[in-house]
Amino acid sequence: MKMLLPFVAVMALAAAALMAVNVANLHFLFGVIIPYIAFAVFVGGFVYRIVKWASSPVPFRIPTTCGQEFSLPWVKQNKIENPSTAAGVIIRMALEIFLFRSLFRNIKAELRDGQKIVYGSDKWLWLAGLAFHWTFLVILVRHLRFFVGDVPMCIAALEHLDGFLQIGVPMLYITDGVILAAIGYLFIRRVLLPQIRYISLPADYFPLFLIAAVVISGILMRYITKVDVVGVKNFTMGLVTFNPVIPATLMQGNGAFFFLHVFLISALFAYFPFSKLMHMGGVFMSPTRNMINNSRMVRHVNPWNYPVHVHTYEEYENDFRAKMKDAGIPVEKE
Amino acid sequence: MAKFTAKPKDLINIDYTPPKTEWMDTPTEIREHMFCHATKAKDLETVEFPNIHEWRPQDEDWNLPANWEQIVLQGMQDLLKKYRSFQLFMDICVRCGACADKCHFFIGSGDPKNMPVLRAELLRSVYRGNFTLAGKILKKIAGARELTPSVIKEWWYYFYQCTECRRCSVFCPYGIDTAEITMMARELLNLLGLQLGWIGGPVANCYMKGNHLGLEPHTIKSSVEFFLDDIKEITGITIEPTFNRKGAEILFVTPSGDLFANPGTYTAMGYLMLFHELGLDYTWSTYASEGGNFGFFTSNEMAKRLNSKIYAEAKRLGVKWILGGECGHMWRVIHQYMDTWQGPADFLQEPVSPITGTKFENAKATKMVHIAEFTADLIKHNKLKLDKSRNDHLVVTYHDSCNTSRGMGMLEEPRYIINNVCNHFHEMPEDTIKEKTFCCGSGTGLNASENMELRMRGGLPRANAVKYVKEKHGVNMLANVCAIDRATLSASVDYWVPGTAVCGTHELVANALVMKGEKERTLDIRLEPLPGKEASE
Repeated sequence: MKMLLPFVAVMALAAAALMAVNVANLHFLFGVIIPYIAFAVFVGGFVYRIVKWASSPVPFRIPTTCGQEFSLPWVKQNKIENPSTAAGVIIRMALEIFLFRSLFRNIKAELRDGQKIVYGSDKWLWLAGLAFHWTFLVILVRHLRFFVGDVPMCIAALEHLDGFLQIGVPMLYITDGVILAAIGYLFIRRVLLPQIRYISLPADYFPLFLIAAVVISGILMRYITKVDVVGVKNFTMGLVTFNPVIPATLMQGNGAFFFLHVFLISALFAYFPFSKLMHMGGVFMSPTRNMINNSRMVRHVNPWNYPVHVHTYEEYENDFRAKMKDAGIPVEKE
Repeated sequence: MAKFTAKPKDLINIDYTPPKTEWMDTPTEIREHMFCHATKAKDLETVEFPNIHEWRPQDEDWNLPANWEQIVLQGMQDLLKKYRSFQLFMDICVRCGACADKCHFFIGSGDPKNMPVLRAELLRSVYRGNFTLAGKILKKIAGARELTPSVIKEWWYYFYQCTECRRCSVFCPYGIDTAEITMMARELLNLLGLQLGWIGGPVANCYMKGNHLGLEPHTIKSSVEFFLDDIKEITGITIEPTFNRKGAEILFVTPSGDLFANPGTYTAMGYLMLFHELGLDYTWSTYASEGGNFGFFTSNEMAKRLNSKIYAEAKRLGVKWILGGECGHMWRVIHQYMDTWQGPADFLQEPVSPITGTKFENAKATKMVHIAEFTADLIKHNKLKLDKSRNDHLVVTYHDSCNTSRGMGMLEEPRYIINNVCNHFHEMPEDTIKEKTFCCGSGTGLNASENMELRMRGGLPRANAVKYVKEKHGVNMLANVCAIDRATLSASVDYWVPGTAVCGTHELVANALVMKGEKERTLDIRLEPLPGKEASE
């Protein structure tokens, strides 16, 4: 059920798109209006979520320290895993965001022979996660060629690099294969590992299926149904210049796959801010990672710190004065 | 309640297969030996906690206040607004599961609700159902569920099966820290009056008497005097510490556990001997006689109320700075919370070691130094005469406490000390030490006796690593810098790895410390004969 529902939902989205353009001729709705709305929802929703997080303060300095702290001059500090400066935090965050440092640390615990627990390195999740996110980024950047008039050198170079295997016409992009493999791994892992399956929600399968569908529709278009790329560029340039046009070549035949692709992406964009995918923004704001471990050196201020009721020394001495005097412990009032 | 009698070989027979039913549809059974008793009403009254009422964990009806649901939801709303960590950690988990087998309670129990991710989902599901649009509309499809009295019981059961050790947070790609989530959940449970006896009692004691154990001023003094007699017997030296003395240079604060029970008491003897040998101008306080902070396991406010005594006493006595004893969560609080709560500590001076002249730069705002930092500096400057051979009967390994490693980063100082006072030191496996250290299994107020199965399960990964070095190197002493460790590891190591003792780092220092004018030592700090140095016939 947890798996079926999201699968059906993605299939329904796909079917809706194909029917809309093939049967109902809703090209303008699915090609222009929905993408505009989806993009607006994405930007608005993303900003809303970030602002919402930012509006809750960070009352305490709570980095999770993963190395030796700044201490005595002769004790070697781990300046990245336990940063005492902003520069250290920037490096720590960069390693986290670009290389998934914490996942790289992953180990697997196993009970062996029913009597000892052993730990082994387990970097597959790290590898698949890294492959997925980086290829996703490369594919996204590659697509920018559709949204600028003259394709900048850097994008062309990236495309060239991505296609360096020089297989097929059009050239096969490595990222297309890698991202499918990575999604496949992440999905299979979720299904096969009993613990992971147990914790998985429909909200974990849905984005996997949706992104897979986006990728597959893109691959189909590029390699099999051969979409009219010039038409696509005219269309996307129309979108970005707020002068939307739908070229005739996209309105017929296999053009429907293009609208399918666009609609699935729209769905992904609109879904993004309301989902766990917001970890993209959230990772930057995690107080256990982005804070300097200097709380004994620099006072951290809690904006909602308030006075509390305490049991004062005076009250304490009143309770125990006689006993203290008997024991020869100095008192304030004789 | 029947006595806990399960044998280690049965307890380690752990089934990691999740139940057939989805976790939301799997009712939580409050199982004997896995939970702590409810607190006494009078303890909660002492500290004016809300909704004090009679209840027992094993009862069907917990007599929740009539508007319990409103209390919880309002409480959640407040906490979401106060803590970015909470708001963020409710939203961004992708359930990758990297945290799952990092939790000592999961490793030791196999219960899926002990996977950090699922522990957090217990709370997240209610958050989604009440604070997110998707959860309100899509309900269970969006991972949301309704808040019911059984949910409250489930929270209580599982958020008191988390010791806020932060090991999961080390492995989480977003740094999601279950300690934060558990702290929030415990705040909520505390609003409903659902406190543990083993937490509520120490909190009330600490509030009224200055320490968790409820030691009154004269008792503190007599406990210390008792140690002095032993020290005299071991070294022939008479030590005269002071209490509540105005004008001392340094206030010394340590967990009260060190004054109360073995092996913590040996650590306390170590402090006394070290300070005497240095001629340190310091004082104990009977008012601020607790370094630890069980308030930290109830609510942020209570933690602050208890912690206030340290600065207040430092100010009253007019000391220059504060030296803190060996403790784990005490140092999380002092390192990451105290200055924010109570500062600025402008009535104190930046800590400087009167012996070496070293400025403790890393403590210049809070003005409180960990004794391991202090002693490591002494040794580095050759200020201590040490006879390592007096620890030759010990093969030592070192257990990093959760809080000093993951909430501070004090990893090398204790190791430096141990290596300078012992000849035989061996590390446990890499994945079980430093930032990846395992909890003793009984932190955050779970060191009671009625929850012994839970404690042994949680203590399994640590004990297992001890067993490894015991078999490989013959380790017979587990050193640490944490009072709860000293109290609880003894039990779990006894259970899983009999024949290994537990000690504080300063007990080892005291064994090795050659004091001016001491007699030839024939006894170690435990008053046991020093092998090879027995009194000559």
